[in-house]
Amino acid sequence: MRDHLKENRLAQNLLKHPLAALAFAATLTVAPAAEAMTIFVSNEKGNSITVIDGGSLEVTATVEVGNRPRGIALGKDHRHLYICASDDDHIQVLDTESLEIVGTLPSGPDPELLVISPDGKRLYVANEDDNLVTVVNLENGTAMAEIPVGVEPEGMGVSPDGKTIVNTSETTNMAHFIDADTFEIRGNVLVDQRPRFAEFTADGKEVWVSAEIGGTVSVIDSETLQIKKKISFSVPALQPEAIQPVGIRILKDRSKAFVALGPANRVAIVDAQSYEVTDYVLVGQRVWQLALTPDETQLFSTNGISNDITLIDISRAKARKSIATGSYPWGIAIKP
Amino acid sequence: MLTRYLATAGFILAALTVPLSGPLSGTAAAAALDLPIVFLTRAEEPRLPLSFVDPVVEDPGVWGARLAIKDNQTTGSFLGHTYELVEVTVPADGDAATVFAEQRDAGRHLFISDLPRDDLLAIARLPGADDTLIFNDRVADDDLRLNTCFAPVFHTALSRAMRADALVQFLVWKKWTDLFLFAGSTDGDQAYAEAMRRAAKKFGARIVAEDSYAYDPIARRTDSGHIQVQRQMPLATQKADDDYDVMIAVDENEIFGEYLPFNTYAARPVAGTHGLVPSAWHRVQEQWGSTQFQRRFTQIAGRWMEERDYGAWLGVRAIGEAVTRTGSGDVATLRAYLRGADFALGGFKGVGLSFRPWNQQMRQPVLLVNKRVLVSVSPQPGFLHQRTPLDSLGYDEPETGCALQ
Repeated sequence: MRDHLKENRLAQNLLKHPLAALAFAATLTVAPAAEAMTIFVSNEKGNSITVIDGGSLEVTATVEVGNRPRGIALGKDHRHLYICASDDDHIQVLDTESLEIVGTLPSGPDPELLVISPDGKRLYVANEDDNLVTVVNLENGTAMAEIPVGVEPEGMGVSPDGKTIVNTSETTNMAHFIDADTFEIRGNVLVDQRPRFAEFTADGKEVWVSAEIGGTVSVIDSETLQIKKKISFSVPALQPEAIQPVGIRILKDRSKAFVALGPANRVAIVDAQSYEVTDYVLVGQRVWQLALTPDETQLFSTNGISNDITLIDISRAKARKSIATGSYPWGIAIKP
Repeated sequence: MLTRYLATAGFILAALTVPLSGPLSGTAAAAALDLPIVFLTRAEEPRLPLSFVDPVVEDPGVWGARLAIKDNQTTGSFLGHTYELVEVTVPADGDAATVFAEQRDAGRHLFISDLPRDDLLAIARLPGADDTLIFNDRVADDDLRLNTCFAPVFHTALSRAMRADALVQFLVWKKWTDLFLFAGSTDGDQAYAEAMRRAAKKFGARIVAEDSYAYDPIARRTDSGHIQVQRQMPLATQKADDDYDVMIAVDENEIFGEYLPFNTYAARPVAGTHGLVPSAWHRVQEQWGSTQFQRRFTQIAGRWMEERDYGAWLGVRAIGEAVTRTGSGDVATLRAYLRGADFALGGFKGVGLSFRPWNQQMRQPVLLVNKRVLVSVSPQPGFLHQRTPLDSLGYDEPETGCALQ
């Protein structure tokens, strides 16, 4: 990822000098310029993946996939997009170049959200029906473990060092910290109602867990498993019930974090050092999931009811553009 | 039934084998607690729906409690809290108060009441009820929210006023405000009709005509029965001519309501107990993550979840949530938490559910269903309230004589 970033900046600089760029391109086999970025959006009701060119922000393809696609994630080498086909009870694998479905993986019933281990070798997926987290070996495509957790597991996070998996259970209202070697639960942290999403900071020291019905984000110390801070949100003229935090993204330097607020139709911007909410950006209706561009200058939100995604300029804290997708956009992943 | 019961027992065992390893820091409590919850119902004949499509439900209620106790057990297994569901059925000729007192004397303090009105009143009035919590999953009577309130009793069932308000809000939102109230003659029907009158007045609709159904009940199974229905229903419903927008049908006991849609004198839609129905829960609802909830229920019960199941589920889960958050099994501690501003229960209806402290009625959105799909959910947009839009449904604090402390 770091290397890509460097190449990105290099390529951008080179673009200002066309001749140099030409010379450079000749020596470089892969030159992932920012414009080469591709955005994948799962459409929950559309049963499809919308593919958007990151440069032109135009939809370039709509790929028919399995029933009720929700959580999506890219593999480590970005060749494959893993799709929770919730109503088909498995995970589909989409080739991000050919845009063909090239395989399916076991997941247990009704997979909703998944994460890939930092080494790219494993996939962790929550099965809401069976109160289990399934561990899939991506090298041979088999389920290698099932871990019993609380009722209706949903959110999945994995620490940057790959050693800890965090799962949130929506009815038990806990974040379960699971040892990735032994698959034993190391501890359970009670958070507010209906925890939907878990996100580690890049340094691995904190896990941020959103509670949809509780209306809060709990910042958990990943060592002590104590809640360091509970972040609340408030938007003038909006009923507190409408504020339902779901997706979270945190900048690598932990300067800012972003929280999708569901039917509040806004993305909150949080100072990730002081935990103060600094801004609310109006996007589309029922905003659930978020994705950062690799250079962390832009954020995209999926707006389920509006059938679109919104591009937010991070430095200006402004929504810049909406892009129409398929029906009920849910998950989002960005390929550099 | 036995196999189902064994399946449930298996689930419970499976839930108990969840690893209890690891430090529990950050969690509410580590002290072990045993929490028996008594599900109290009465042996009754099942209600026969007029439509053969609707199942005859032999045991509405208990499966909701069984599902919720499983949910509580899974959560409790991480905290050292052990939940047990004690199922007690009062015989058809038995005395509910006696059965309640036996359970109470055996040291059980947490009750789900799946009992009819008279039984609920009998147990709530017992002196020994003071140190218990009783969750009413069934009785909708408004007077139990208006002037006959009891400190131990929490209502997870909708009141009739909440149903009527939810329906009329939707009709007003549609601008279908002229209503023809067509009600049966039972006490329940009369009470529901009164709730409809109140709702119309509250939200600016008008009852432009009223009539009652005066014919004899029609057997659900009669050869060529439709011929009579087709002739009788237009006659029975012509009082308002076609000078109204929606017929409000009130027939809680399945005597005639199912026959009204498409058989009314005027070409008008039907809503109320039939047609478009306000309901706490229905199979058609799969929003707000309830797909799994519906599936988990159907898996253990072998049928769809009824409103009483949902009410029982809410009661058992409300107890579980209060125990988890307070780390206590003490009745006074739980009651204070349940009544407080911090209590919020996820009930698969998009917002946290809580109790109104003045009458201990659970605030909840009301589904509007037509048996095939979810049509809408109230409160409707634009119906505001200074506390929460949910308090636009049912009796608000200044309207009641109940001021539970």
